[in-house]
Amino acid sequence: MEAVDTETERVKVGGAQAKRRKGPPRTRLVSWLGVLPFFLFSAAFLIGPAVILFYRSLEDPEGGFTLQFWGQLTSDTVMRAYGMSVRLSLTTALVGGVFGFLLAWAVSLGALPRAVRSALTTFSGVASNFAGVPLAAAFIFTLGRVGVITAVFELLGVDLYRSGFSLYSFWGLVLVYLYFQFPLMVLVMLPGLDGLRREWREAAENLGATPRQYWRKVALPVLMPSILGTMILLFGNAFGAHATAYALTGGLLPLATLLIGQQISGDVLNNPGLGYAVAVGMVMIMAIAIGIYTVLQRRSERWLG
Amino acid sequence: MTISTAPVQVGAEIPPAEPPGKRNRLFAWLIVLAGAVYFLLPLVTTGYWSLRAVKDTLGFEAYRRVFADPAFVESFTESVANAIAAIIVSLLIIVPTAYWVTLRLPRLRPVVEFITLLPFVIPAVVLVFGLIRIYGRPPLLLTRTYESSRILLVGAYAALSFPYMYRSVDNGLRAMDVRTLTEAAQSLGANWATILRKVIFPNLRVALLSGALLTFAIVIGELTVALFLAQHTFGPFMANLTRSKVYEPAAMALVAFGLTWAAMGLIAFLTRPRRKVTR
Amino acid sequence: MTPFLSLNGVRKEFAKSVAVEGFHLDVAEGEFVSFLGPSGCGKTTTLRMIAGFETPTEGRIKLAGEDITYSKPNQRNVGMVFQSYALFPNMTVAHNVAFGLRVRKEEASARDERVVQLLELIHLPDKGDAYPHELSGGQQQRVALARALAIRPKVLLLDEPLSALDAKIRDELRYEIRRIQQELNITTIYVTHDQEEALALSDRVVVMSRGRIEQVGPPFEVYNTPATAFVASFVGQLNRLNAVVKDNTNGVLRVGDSEVRTTSPVDAPAGSDVFLMLRPEELTLDDQADNVLTGNVDSVTFLGSIVRVQVAVNGGRLTADLFNERLLLLPVAGESTLVSFPAHACWVMSRESR
Repeated sequence: MEAVDTETERVKVGGAQAKRRKGPPRTRLVSWLGVLPFFLFSAAFLIGPAVILFYRSLEDPEGGFTLQFWGQLTSDTVMRAYGMSVRLSLTTALVGGVFGFLLAWAVSLGALPRAVRSALTTFSGVASNFAGVPLAAAFIFTLGRVGVITAVFELLGVDLYRSGFSLYSFWGLVLVYLYFQFPLMVLVMLPGLDGLRREWREAAENLGATPRQYWRKVALPVLMPSILGTMILLFGNAFGAHATAYALTGGLLPLATLLIGQQISGDVLNNPGLGYAVAVGMVMIMAIAIGIYTVLQRRSERWLG
Repeated sequence: MTISTAPVQVGAEIPPAEPPGKRNRLFAWLIVLAGAVYFLLPLVTTGYWSLRAVKDTLGFEAYRRVFADPAFVESFTESVANAIAAIIVSLLIIVPTAYWVTLRLPRLRPVVEFITLLPFVIPAVVLVFGLIRIYGRPPLLLTRTYESSRILLVGAYAALSFPYMYRSVDNGLRAMDVRTLTEAAQSLGANWATILRKVIFPNLRVALLSGALLTFAIVIGELTVALFLAQHTFGPFMANLTRSKVYEPAAMALVAFGLTWAAMGLIAFLTRPRRKVTR
Repeated sequence: MTPFLSLNGVRKEFAKSVAVEGFHLDVAEGEFVSFLGPSGCGKTTTLRMIAGFETPTEGRIKLAGEDITYSKPNQRNVGMVFQSYALFPNMTVAHNVAFGLRVRKEEASARDERVVQLLELIHLPDKGDAYPHELSGGQQQRVALARALAIRPKVLLLDEPLSALDAKIRDELRYEIRRIQQELNITTIYVTHDQEEALALSDRVVVMSRGRIEQVGPPFEVYNTPATAFVASFVGQLNRLNAVVKDNTNGVLRVGDSEVRTTSPVDAPAGSDVFLMLRPEELTLDDQADNVLTGNVDSVTFLGSIVRVQVAVNGGRLTADLFNERLLLLPVAGESTLVSFPAHACWVMSRESR
């Protein structure tokens, strides 16, 4: 008797379940509709523009397929621009990474008052968005040819510009770029440093390690994916920056972004196809950078999250 | 365009400071001091410069001139309008998308997240390049008139805000355990429109405001896209000012800085950790 | 004989509070001592002072004849096991275990041999190349134990090592830890808030409350002759009845309208209100023992090997723990019943103490 009852119950339940599992098709359609605007918009304003540049970079004047423009990427103008962009990005990534890390360390593990950390965090949020004209202007006022600090140096008998320094040079640009590179490093590394569990240091100490040994064997290895990943993020950040360089040098320096800008305004390369290739090349470099960053970030989350 | 992705977490759960050796603390202070000098010096000199518009005196003449300049008022209001439009567009697109991806289409999450990261992969200058090429020719001609270019501008800004907006909304949805709340609302008989309106949006207020403020900060002084779309917004205005005037740009730079600070400060205030009600 | 580890008058003050006060303890070599108490009682702070992560405000700590009160943690040669395991995530299990030996620059082959030895000891001989995140909680804690033991520490310190684990793993690991401790005869301090753990594992238990030691003694003693009301109620279950002293030289009290005799000393004068304390396992639902009370069954809870019966008597409520038997007739709620207990099973506590 019991067996039969449970059998039928099971069947009943199974039947009801079977019905529920399929679900009304209307729900699925509504869900897709919910995300449709997003995909349409992205296609129109993000993917579309990128794709068309890619497409045009492979199109010869008659409309056929060609790789010639990609081959021309090695030409002088382009190489010089890419080269300087890469140098600039690497330099600001390294300097920004190291000092930014030290700043993050100082306010998280350096036993400073909590207010200092809050101040740095808020300021970093502001400074990392301060790029462009205001930033360039601020530095011009400070270290430009008639800047305040330049004047101060003159009072002390040092002529900055005569001795070779110039804000409108590679190193000047590095100095300005760091203003938004340091904060970015700080903002991304602070949570990572917080993730360093106090017990690791105590366990290491307990087992006889000096602070230096702890950092060398435990803390830095654990932080390394995050540090490297963020430095790559800094690299991408500098590589794609346009407004600050434009406001500071107006195009005097050969940079990849400035080159593309000039190409938009007036085909300065005399070679539209090459222009597209340059733009797409930049996207590829950025994609690689962001890709590596994502992978490293995931690894570090596994240890520190 | 910069990538300030991390939400400003002022005063967030800060672990108690470890007491390392005194030497460590000294070193930490030195670093912070060096950083402070580097960061504050340009601001101080700009401030000083901005006060010297009238010879041999320190006054706010430069600020007065700027604020009285009709070009300033026009460009600033235009930027503000653009920002608000971009924020609205972005919100209307991102919030439903984030909600649906979290609840109904989790398999689409990686795709959506990838797309929201595209603005980092496609720098502004490349984006505007592509926009001009697509929409520079019929049938999609949008670059002929100022107004139609403006539509492109707002669209570009909305797209560029996706990383921040999506991250903000996603964090907000996680924090409010959206799945459980939705199930509770459904069991009480609400349909999805009601849920969005009465449950989701109200609980997302802080996240939405944060995302909006970040977008605002980015759009207000944006130069690259505005420049190549020939728009007369605040960014190009500041650039022109730098070329033509001497003291006004300094005042302008500080105003821009102050605005960004206000926006970030507001975000920090809104996202401050609140004491949990424990019983 | 000088104790192996001794804490003398140790006191720890923080900015706003006193965490530990007047702590005196002598530990013999090879002894397993538990610090037992609720959260905030100071047990972890005391442990951390032995490890060197906190410095006492007052008092001295001596280990194997040496005064280590102010020594740095990395010079004390004590092994610590943390509640959250604290395994280094970037190193394999073998590297984790070998860490202390590497730091001491021990010779490679001796080091490797020791690692193998320890992995055998904790029953994880083939996990040497695994990473911490690939192991379960219980396995990670065992590795943490091996890591602490690798450096041949003088004292082993464990800070609530099992709190983060599932109940079943906790049970197994509990006895593993005791077995290893006895095998190596290593002096051990074990911090826990779980009194069952403390009673099951220790040679002696230190019961703490609000920064002070309430009682030190072997588990049997702490359970059966609690020194203070706190110890009595924290360790094990406790019944408390309102009573009035009738004759304090002969230990006669009045509970409700019955007379009760106790063989424990009664300090309070006749006529004073006191508490009468009883352990639930010493009660029986009959009239076979010295003292008998009448009451009504409030509730019966079947816990498996124990049947817990709540009885309302004149003077309070009693919880009686009876052993289960297959042929047991369970009492029914509402029926009247007798409750009895021997004269030696109860003791008196004045109403003023906590």
